[in-house]
Amino acid sequence: MFDISPTEWTAILLSLRVAVIATLVATPFGIALAWLLARHNFWGKSILDALVHLPLVLPPVVTGYLLLLTFGRRGMVGAWLADNLGIVFAFRWTGAALACGVMSFPLLVRPIRLSIEAIDRRLEQASSTLGAAPWQVFATVTLPLALPGILAGMVLGFAKAIGEFGATITFVSNIPGETQTISSAIYSLIQTPDGDRAAGRLVLISIVIAMGALIASEWFARRATQRLHGN
Amino acid sequence: MLRVEVTKQLGEFSLEASFTSEGRVTGLFGASGAGKTSLINMIAGLLRPDRGVITLDGETLDDTTTGAHVPPHRRRIGYVFQDARLFPHLDVRQNLDYGRRMNGLAEDPAQHARITGLLDIGGLLDRRPGKLSGGERQRVALGRALLSKPRLLLLDEPLGSLDEGRKVEILPYLIRLRDEGIPMVYVSHDAAELRQLATQIVMLRNGRVTALGGVKVLTGSTPA
Repeated sequence: MFDISPTEWTAILLSLRVAVIATLVATPFGIALAWLLARHNFWGKSILDALVHLPLVLPPVVTGYLLLLTFGRRGMVGAWLADNLGIVFAFRWTGAALACGVMSFPLLVRPIRLSIEAIDRRLEQASSTLGAAPWQVFATVTLPLALPGILAGMVLGFAKAIGEFGATITFVSNIPGETQTISSAIYSLIQTPDGDRAAGRLVLISIVIAMGALIASEWFARRATQRLHGN
Repeated sequence: MLRVEVTKQLGEFSLEASFTSEGRVTGLFGASGAGKTSLINMIAGLLRPDRGVITLDGETLDDTTTGAHVPPHRRRIGYVFQDARLFPHLDVRQNLDYGRRMNGLAEDPAQHARITGLLDIGGLLDRRPGKLSGGERQRVALGRALLSKPRLLLLDEPLGSLDEGRKVEILPYLIRLRDEGIPMVYVSHDAAELRQLATQIVMLRNGRVTALGGVKVLTGSTPA
């Protein structure tokens, strides 16, 4: 049963790489956006808020297709990035990471936003009377106090990214070794005769990864909360 | 010297106050809702006046005719809040060191030792704010504000959240601070407290200054 084939290993490692990169790249954007939504009122805020949540409610295949139109080789952004920066998303693992990042973004942003909203702003005032410039207030008070939410958001985003299927396969297809993640490998395997055992192994592995992520998130959140409350 | 001449509309409440203070400890006296906290928030720069001027030792901190407003972090005015507001994610040592770090000041072990000695908080350095009593918290907050080397210290009912026993515990420390010579604006609704600490009184009622002068203006006053 646990005789994992090289193709399966490739898919597992690729999934991990895609999800880790997607989470790490998305996190700074997620923090910035969460802070903007938590702390500022501006024209178009509700539109921006809706836009962030869109991947959660759109059919993944629609998100994937929109990514293809935008970031594909002939897409507006995709062509520019390829010509000017040499960054190609279409049919590459980087495209899978982009699709996963976009799909998991709402799950990443939400806990961060909630934790920023929960911060006692009077602590930030205290910080400024002690000489902290606004960016220092953010770095030394806001960010550390939001840490439990940031970690929870990252783990949730990671779990979503590693299981993403619809947008990824639509945008970058299902190329073994390049864009074939655990999900798309399972999809291929259950379409082939005698693929059941291999599919079963990958299903088990994805359950283990997801459980591990959830347990890790609980643990991080507990540690961070304890740190904040001085135990 | 501190000069305050401001008006501020806060919902239904209007604040219109002017005073100058030469005294070492200016007692801002009034019932709750008289506008004391709004007034020192303006001195700290946390609240902007609708109209008016605030100057400290000749430097303009706010002047609405020119639009001048020095943000709180550049005022070098320390603030001790009623609820201490220690940073929960930092231990006492880091809380005390915070102002020095933010202002990019050099370490000053002598000053650190003197303040921690003065406030008897040397034994608390490794604790988290969550593990401190109310009185300890307030002493650490005092130390934290002082170690940022402010040129003026604002205290907003620093004994307000403490029971009688704790008040008696903190008061001697405040008297020691006064004798250190750092100018203070001390907000309180407790005439007895101010009689012990203040050198000059500004009495506020419903957002207006009703009396100015030495501590004797407190005689017979009933704020609440």
